[in-house]
Amino acid sequence: MEYFCGIDIGASTAKLVIADEQGRIVGKAMQRSGVDYTQTAQTLLDQALGQAKIEQSQIAHTISTGYGRDNVPWADGKMTEIACHGRGAYFHFNQQITVIDIGAQDSKIIHLGDDGRRVGFKMNRKCAAGTGAFIEEIAHRLALDITELNALAEKSTKNEPLGSFCTVFAATEVLAKIRAGVDVADIVRGAFCSVVNRIVEMDRVEGLLVTTGGVVAHNPFLATLIGRAFGTEALMPPEPQYTGALGAALFATKQSQEGQ
Amino acid sequence: MAAEFKKIQSTGKMKGLMGKYFTELMGEEPTGRKMAWCTSVGPAELLRAMGFDVYFPENHGAMLGASRMATDLIPLANAHGFSPDICSYLTSDIGAYLKGVSPFQKLGLGVPPKADVLVYNTNQCRDVKDWFQFYAREWDVPCIGIETPRSIGAVDETIVQAIAKKTEALIEPLEAVCGQKFDIDKLREVVGLSKECTRLWKAVLQTAATVPTPLTFFDGTVQMGPAVVLRGTQGAVDYYEMLLAELQQRITDGVAAIEGEKHRIYWEGMPIWGKLRDLSTQFMELQTAVVASTYCNSWVYEDLDPADPFVGMARAYSELFICRSDDYKEKYMLEMIEKFSIDGVVYHDAKTCPNNSNNRYDLPKRLETKTGKPFVVINGDLNDMRLYSDEQSRTNIEAFVEQLAGA
Repeated sequence: MEYFCGIDIGASTAKLVIADEQGRIVGKAMQRSGVDYTQTAQTLLDQALGQAKIEQSQIAHTISTGYGRDNVPWADGKMTEIACHGRGAYFHFNQQITVIDIGAQDSKIIHLGDDGRRVGFKMNRKCAAGTGAFIEEIAHRLALDITELNALAEKSTKNEPLGSFCTVFAATEVLAKIRAGVDVADIVRGAFCSVVNRIVEMDRVEGLLVTTGGVVAHNPFLATLIGRAFGTEALMPPEPQYTGALGAALFATKQSQEGQ
Repeated sequence: MAAEFKKIQSTGKMKGLMGKYFTELMGEEPTGRKMAWCTSVGPAELLRAMGFDVYFPENHGAMLGASRMATDLIPLANAHGFSPDICSYLTSDIGAYLKGVSPFQKLGLGVPPKADVLVYNTNQCRDVKDWFQFYAREWDVPCIGIETPRSIGAVDETIVQAIAKKTEALIEPLEAVCGQKFDIDKLREVVGLSKECTRLWKAVLQTAATVPTPLTFFDGTVQMGPAVVLRGTQGAVDYYEMLLAELQQRITDGVAAIEGEKHRIYWEGMPIWGKLRDLSTQFMELQTAVVASTYCNSWVYEDLDPADPFVGMARAYSELFICRSDDYKEKYMLEMIEKFSIDGVVYHDAKTCPNNSNNRYDLPKRLETKTGKPFVVINGDLNDMRLYSDEQSRTNIEAFVEQLAGA
């Protein structure tokens, strides 16, 4: 049997998926991208091969994606994370979807038609607002571990709005709220809502709304808020952080079958 | 094998022509003529006809961007009092003036020549006037010009007559500066040459309607030099005759500017001067030809008329894309998308150039709906590279080409 590999080296985290010919994940691995993307890719590959109990020679084709897509010497090709998140999400829903992917450094809205072809996309402007980096900054200001945020935001019933577009100014607003004694849970919810606002103003949603990426994987309540803001349910594929890597593996399958 | 740029052979001739022009303006030999600064779509024909040496600071702005000097110079103008949010041609040029540097120095020339008079047309934006007024104060020289309406729908007779009168009214103060009487026959001659330059430049740009294109937008940003700074001269006419012949030969020989051209792009908005090489390389590697732009067509003035020079100039300089309404812009781009067999449109949202960033009033979505051709927006700037992200742009363009390929 042949296998196909997709590796998504993101700004913060690298993810790798090995899939079989039907797109079933047989091995996967994830770690911080670090500073040596090539080494990170090899480490992830070794882990996933071990999990799948296969040899590298059984991998017929590999596609790399993400910021580090040019740093995987054994990849057979590369695609953007926009293509791969779209493809990975469509695999699970198989109808017209709008994918909202929130990554560490950027946010993307990707439109796919009924047939899975991309019809449009938008990335956030050159700014950290509306990305994982913003949430990390707020967690830092509140002296919280990033894993604590989701439960706090969910517990809050009151949104303490952060008005600024700018991550640094928003962090200053957080300081003012701390000084005023505002409940930390409400501040976290306000930060989540700030991310949602940056997403909502980027583009429209057509078809099903699907959210992917590490930020919603760790903060599912953020996806809930996104759904509320768009007036629809925000769906999530299984293991949303691996969506880009899965999409890359699916492109690898397609390219291999087409003899590219 | 890595793709290679296909050199346009005529370019050497153009560099010689432009070099001669700059040497005359800035060399050690005095020309004996007065120096007029002119906005790039200002009344250059009138100034030439009245015997001025004509210098175009926007050209200097573009050189500051292309040489990547701009980003270091803009902060000097910011500190002087010009906001980082206004035209980065203005801020980089004034920054260069304040520091006493210029890309001309690398060509063995000095800094830009001092003006005896500064002449603007606000058909592009208000910034050109503010830019010129800075130097007028510095050197205590007159700053005069034409205030053209903006967001023009139809260029009707009311507008044309008003602008023609305003242009004629420049004669008296210009005579006072140059000490010569205005000669209408000389103006007719210059306008005639300018019109011929326009005809040829338009023909050059239209060679790109051929599939595969012999010319890209990136070539155009280099080749447009004479159309901007030497229109109204025989040298520009001669050059574009030569260039046009070369491009027509490319078409005859089936020579493509982009080997294996797969997709055809319309570039809307300003060039990103400091990234032209990176962008042209990326598009070439993606086998994608940027074949048309509004920008390079901004120096096509078909309504110039030697028989009625003031009215012709008024009409030509009011019909510019940049000072027109969105209705007009939409219609213009629809025609261009059709004519150049465009697959998709890249909009450059230049942070400091709102007047030439045409993605801001929903035009991309309207055009996409009408044509079915997708678009992408690149956030950046003409000169201020602090406002540009290499990684964001690279991914946006790559993803857009994937989309055109059906991914």
